[in-house]
Amino acid sequence: MRPMAQIAMVMNLDKCIGCHTCSVTCKQAWTNRRGMEYVWFNNVETRPGQGYPRRYEDQETWRGGWQLNRRGALKLRAGGRLHKLAGIFSNPKLPEIKDYYEPWTYDYKNLTDAPLGDDYPVARPVSQLDGKPMKIEWSANWDDDLAGAPAYGDLDPMVERTRRQASDKVKFEYEQTFMFYLPRICEHCLNPSCVASCPSGAMYKRAEDGIVLVDQDRCRGWRMCVTGCPYKKVYFNHRTGKAEKCTLCYPRIEVGLPTVCSETCVGRLRYLGVVLYDADKVTAAASVHDEKQLYEAQLGVFLDPEDPEVRRACEEAGIPYDWLEAARRSPVRALISTYRVALPLHPEYRTMPMVWYIPPLSPVVDALAETGHDGEDAANLFGAIDTLRIPLEYLAELFTAGDTGPVRAALERLAAMRSHMRALNLGEEPDRGVAAAVGMEPDGVEAMYRLLAIAKYEERYVIPTAAVGDARRLEESALPEGCSLDYEGGPGMGGEGRDGPFGRDSGHRRLPLVTLESFHALRRRQTSDDGREA
Amino acid sequence: MTTLLWGALPYIAFALLVAGLIWRHRYDKFGWTSRSSQIYESKLLNIASPVFHYGILFVLAGHLIGLFVPESWTNATGIGEHTYHLFSLYGGTFAGVLTVCGIALLIYRRRTRAPVLRATTVNDKVMYVVLVAAIVLGMTAKLTHVSDDGYNYRATIAPWARSLFTLSPRTDLMTNVPVLYQIHAVIGMLLIAFVPYSRLVHMFSAPLQYLFRPYVVYRTRDPRQLGPRPERRGWERAGS
Repeated sequence: MRPMAQIAMVMNLDKCIGCHTCSVTCKQAWTNRRGMEYVWFNNVETRPGQGYPRRYEDQETWRGGWQLNRRGALKLRAGGRLHKLAGIFSNPKLPEIKDYYEPWTYDYKNLTDAPLGDDYPVARPVSQLDGKPMKIEWSANWDDDLAGAPAYGDLDPMVERTRRQASDKVKFEYEQTFMFYLPRICEHCLNPSCVASCPSGAMYKRAEDGIVLVDQDRCRGWRMCVTGCPYKKVYFNHRTGKAEKCTLCYPRIEVGLPTVCSETCVGRLRYLGVVLYDADKVTAAASVHDEKQLYEAQLGVFLDPEDPEVRRACEEAGIPYDWLEAARRSPVRALISTYRVALPLHPEYRTMPMVWYIPPLSPVVDALAETGHDGEDAANLFGAIDTLRIPLEYLAELFTAGDTGPVRAALERLAAMRSHMRALNLGEEPDRGVAAAVGMEPDGVEAMYRLLAIAKYEERYVIPTAAVGDARRLEESALPEGCSLDYEGGPGMGGEGRDGPFGRDSGHRRLPLVTLESFHALRRRQTSDDGREA
Repeated sequence: MTTLLWGALPYIAFALLVAGLIWRHRYDKFGWTSRSSQIYESKLLNIASPVFHYGILFVLAGHLIGLFVPESWTNATGIGEHTYHLFSLYGGTFAGVLTVCGIALLIYRRRTRAPVLRATTVNDKVMYVVLVAAIVLGMTAKLTHVSDDGYNYRATIAPWARSLFTLSPRTDLMTNVPVLYQIHAVIGMLLIAFVPYSRLVHMFSAPLQYLFRPYVVYRTRDPRQLGPRPERRGWERAGS
């Protein structure tokens, strides 16, 4: 056993209203720079839909993730080491900017500088790539809220697969359409194919918290990671010529604060916590032959922090005590392993993703209520799950490689919880059979309800700080010699990014510094019940 | 002049190369990249870039063989001057044509695709001029001396190039070399000197270690990044 800790996320899709606040705040914090105009570390997709970049899930085209070779061993779908080096002079599977969208701005100056005339001056769209006027034809979320679903909905690779397997269950007629939102960030996989694809060795998984990062000083811009990531969550900064990706806001995580996307989520649908896993089992679990078994295999990789043997192994592996405690209280672990309502996104890519999703039940309830049935009656709900407006098969293509079993089980647990809690709220005696039917105890159902519905900030985000785990070392060096930020390549006092002789920011060792508020002031404000303190 | 061109310039070029690489490595690792423009335009690049790069690698190998394998060695293995000449003529021309076609297409692409052109810096343009000049002059020098066994550079240029490494350059060997070869050699040296100061530096980051490392890389956090900032001494100047 080789236990490792991972900061993981769970998103409750039932609560996502598609407001894009997470995307916008993330953009403001991290990708508000030249060369990164088209980059969304966090984006929210309407499903069914093509996603971002368009049709990124079509791995026949984009060759992301892993697959099994003839001997049943894992290999990169985009080709092995020699294949990569031989083809390093261009990357035929790289999405072009048009597959994302061409970034643009508007010629605002014309509004004030245009000569007096009969017409109102307009601000024409101007491409940020070549500086010329352009026609806007596509953008992130162009098909938001099923805009153009009859025209574009069929282009969703998952719709294609569902149709192949379950004839015409996905309909796009207006009165029968379904949709839900899928917020996506980097999955910080246990078996990251982007890291494996990087010829320079610039990408790495952090041993302490499992966050996958790009070393900007070692990246040489070969672009193999962009192809390697099946979720297309590594982006190429076209000004600096380097890869950049979601950092899980590690400067915040390190001091115990949630990521910006979690912090600002209006629906409070994100959960962050520690998951312990056995690194020795990862490769075997990722190479399970049957794709539909990958979900169970990944569950088998996780370690139970209550198990004394695991705790001993963690201690020997140097995982700090407060990380172990955080793993015990982890909301993520509860939703993934205890209640089993969260599912991984596309386990069939074999990367072992660590951002999991609770599939949406709400559309079922609404659909039932519209037909005049009691939408929260357990018997009705259980029956309706199979005739969902969001077809079970479609959800299964997203979350369990097409196996409807785990999706149905998760939705049934959510349905049972609704029924149970309604009985409680109406002062009725809850039917014990409802909980039992989904293999839970009433206590468990209520605990799950608490976590899903009313969990407070500290319960949703259980993040041990990096420094506390390192406290002893810090104590011994209470008076370090130099400034802790003052090291080579460190954040230091970077100014505004400038164009150097070899591209943007070259010649300067520092990226533009991102200002973060005083963490503790921010935390107090977020968690305080006292208005004056806030 | 002879001493300057054939005795001093090679060492200056080499010194600039090494110093530039060290400087880049020390102060500008962030700028060390091939600055790919593939995201703007992929179709032409997918053809042109491999053609050019494989061509230029072939050319490089040819130069290394021509300059650093002494004539006596090839003679010893029974390869005559004529055979060698044909080999170098056809092989070299093939590699040269690949390279020229590749770079012509790359320049065409750079010129006609607006986003790519806009991402081109002055440095890039200078680099293209020097690179194209070196390639074209090399081809011209070779192809204008094809009669008989061509110009036998292995009797003059190659011994001179090898003598550079013994720190006693035989500059006299270069005085009677055809002028086209001389210009090609000078531009070649300029190119070598220019490599670390241009995007060409990416040739020194050929990721061969990829073949030998495990797929997934783990790294631990730098402990110096943790913990609070130490207090400043009290007597520092205000505003420092």
